[in-house]
Amino acid sequence: MSEYVLETKNLGIDFGGLTAVNNFSIRVEKGDIYGLIGPNGAGKTTVFNMLTKVYEPSRGTILVNGTDIGKMSTIEVSRIGIARTFQNIRLFSELNVEDNVKIGFHNSISYSLADSLLRTGKFHSEEKDLHEKALELLGIFKLEEFADHKAGSLPYGAQRRLEIARALATNPCLLLLDEPAAGMNPVETQELMDTIKQIRDRFGISILLIEHDMKLVMGVCEKITVLNFGQVLMNGTPEEVQNDPEVIKAYLGD
Amino acid sequence: MKKIEETLKKLFSNQYRQRTVSYLIVVLAYVIIETAIRTGNISNTIKSLLIPTCSYIVAALALNLLVGYLGDLCLGQAGFMAVGAFFGVVAAAFFAKYISSNVLVLILAIVVGGVLSGACGALIGIPVLKLQGDYLAIVTLAFCQIIKTLLLNLYVGIDSRGLHFSFITDNTNMDPDGVLVIKGAIGANVTKKLSSFTAGVLLILFALFVIYNLINSRHGRAIQACRDNRIAASSVGIPVNKYKLLAFVVSAILTGMAGTLYGLGFSSLKASKFDFNLSILILVYVVLGGLGNMTGTIVSTTLLLVIPEALRAFNDYRMIIYSIVLIAVMLISNNATIMFYLKRCKEYCRKLFPKRRTE
Ligand SMILES: Nc1ncnc2c1ncn2[C@@H]1O[C@H](COP(=O)(O)OP(=O)(O)O)[C@@H](O)[C@H]1O
Ligand SMILES: [Mg+2]
Repeated sequence: MSEYVLETKNLGIDFGGLTAVNNFSIRVEKGDIYGLIGPNGAGKTTVFNMLTKVYEPSRGTILVNGTDIGKMSTIEVSRIGIARTFQNIRLFSELNVEDNVKIGFHNSISYSLADSLLRTGKFHSEEKDLHEKALELLGIFKLEEFADHKAGSLPYGAQRRLEIARALATNPCLLLLDEPAAGMNPVETQELMDTIKQIRDRFGISILLIEHDMKLVMGVCEKITVLNFGQVLMNGTPEEVQNDPEVIKAYLGD
Repeated sequence: MKKIEETLKKLFSNQYRQRTVSYLIVVLAYVIIETAIRTGNISNTIKSLLIPTCSYIVAALALNLLVGYLGDLCLGQAGFMAVGAFFGVVAAAFFAKYISSNVLVLILAIVVGGVLSGACGALIGIPVLKLQGDYLAIVTLAFCQIIKTLLLNLYVGIDSRGLHFSFITDNTNMDPDGVLVIKGAIGANVTKKLSSFTAGVLLILFALFVIYNLINSRHGRAIQACRDNRIAASSVGIPVNKYKLLAFVVSAILTGMAGTLYGLGFSSLKASKFDFNLSILILVYVVLGGLGNMTGTIVSTTLLLVIPEALRAFNDYRMIIYSIVLIAVMLISNNATIMFYLKRCKEYCRKLFPKRRTE
């Protein structure tokens, strides 16, 4: 068993002739809240897409709790415990809020197709548990009151929170958040910071997050990796990153 | 007394209301029409439409599962119906030799029609559903044409030794006691019209039961997740291709059953009946009834089958009026202003009868 929840070694991907990410190596420990920052187009989202196998990496290895996920599909990656949210929100927008979370629990329930069609006792008891679990999770994100609203009709901030709730429903060991505060107002962002810490403690998971809001990054992340033009510019604590001349240059330009 | 009230409340709760209304409408229509038949208050044209209407309703419900819940377009409903119709007729002729009960023979024939149609669905679905985009529509359209051509050249006979199949020319070489059930371009010969209006209504109820139980379960939620966002669905561990195939095969099975019901309702059957136009017609029923709206599908199918008959009096202008009605319904149901007022009316009704709002 590895001590790292996530370890990548020299990860890289090319799109045609363009190398979007290269030599990307990070180590995320259990319980870390880890920040991945960098200017637009640096390759942050691409890293998430490689970790979840939406894109197949061209080079390098990804270890999750010591297991190489090189040959796994997106679905298998989800089953071994990586969950994510998306920069451009991807909810099941025609379904209601509760169903969105229930879909996250899909693999933790076991009744069969025959149970569904015949409405057996197993179906009813598992659905009842599921309903309670879904409402409990929605409660953490202050979404219970919207349980029977269409997911697509929620305000922006609530949609972002629902995406996190759905990701948590898959019972992950590592949660990837892609710009969770984008589009939120300062009050919502402050609440989100509290929620992020709260879910780390409550579920004992590690969180890797991409964010442009420096107040959030510096406020919740214990470690940070800075990405620029697909390369790791530096790893360090929030203080080290804030005071690094290279980082300042990358953000402000020459 | 209290128990009845509680059950009623549950049946009309948000979760179950749609389902209850669908079942109620079907049962009510059945009672009314059956009474009319018994008392002789129904014209022969309408009577002859009953079984085909039931059959189209089932096929349209099955298509709505695909278009409304899986979000994929299928233009092969006629093909699946044809498979169910022709092989259901063969199965019925075969079983009738060994089983005397008509009801049992009909049930077995419907099962055979459904299974064979489902197998065709799996055969098409496994390679095609992996692709994104409109490939399913194109391939099912081709399937429909291929099945029609194959059936036009198929000969099936039954004698004391069992079933005989031959292709293009009649080489079945049967014993003298044999009968040809399917005679190539001439079509199928139905020895006994086993379908009845009651069987049709029962099949509609069965289709509703399967579809509602499927979509309101973890499997159905997964199917809808694939429709709403394929990438997000696989990111939470849902095997998208598997659930697409599930929905597609269930839909094909139900459509095949509808085909058998249809086939056993006539004394003869031609493959040319199951052409592209029929697929489009069924799609029109679904679109007009509303995507994902099963009650709407039942109502629109019935109306659109009855209206052309009612318009027979206008003879030459019949299809023109029919088209105008279709276009009008399309415009109205897509018009934001009209929908807004309909919604207002609905809310107003809710206020008038606040009791119906459970929880
Ligand atoms: N599917 C793709 N095809 C081609 N180029 C891509 C693809 N996905 C990302 N890229 C490129 O990779 C680079 C990094 O993008 P991205 O990871 O989205 O950046 P960000 O750090 O802002 O999240 C960009 O130059 C982008 O154009
Ligand atoms: Mg990005």
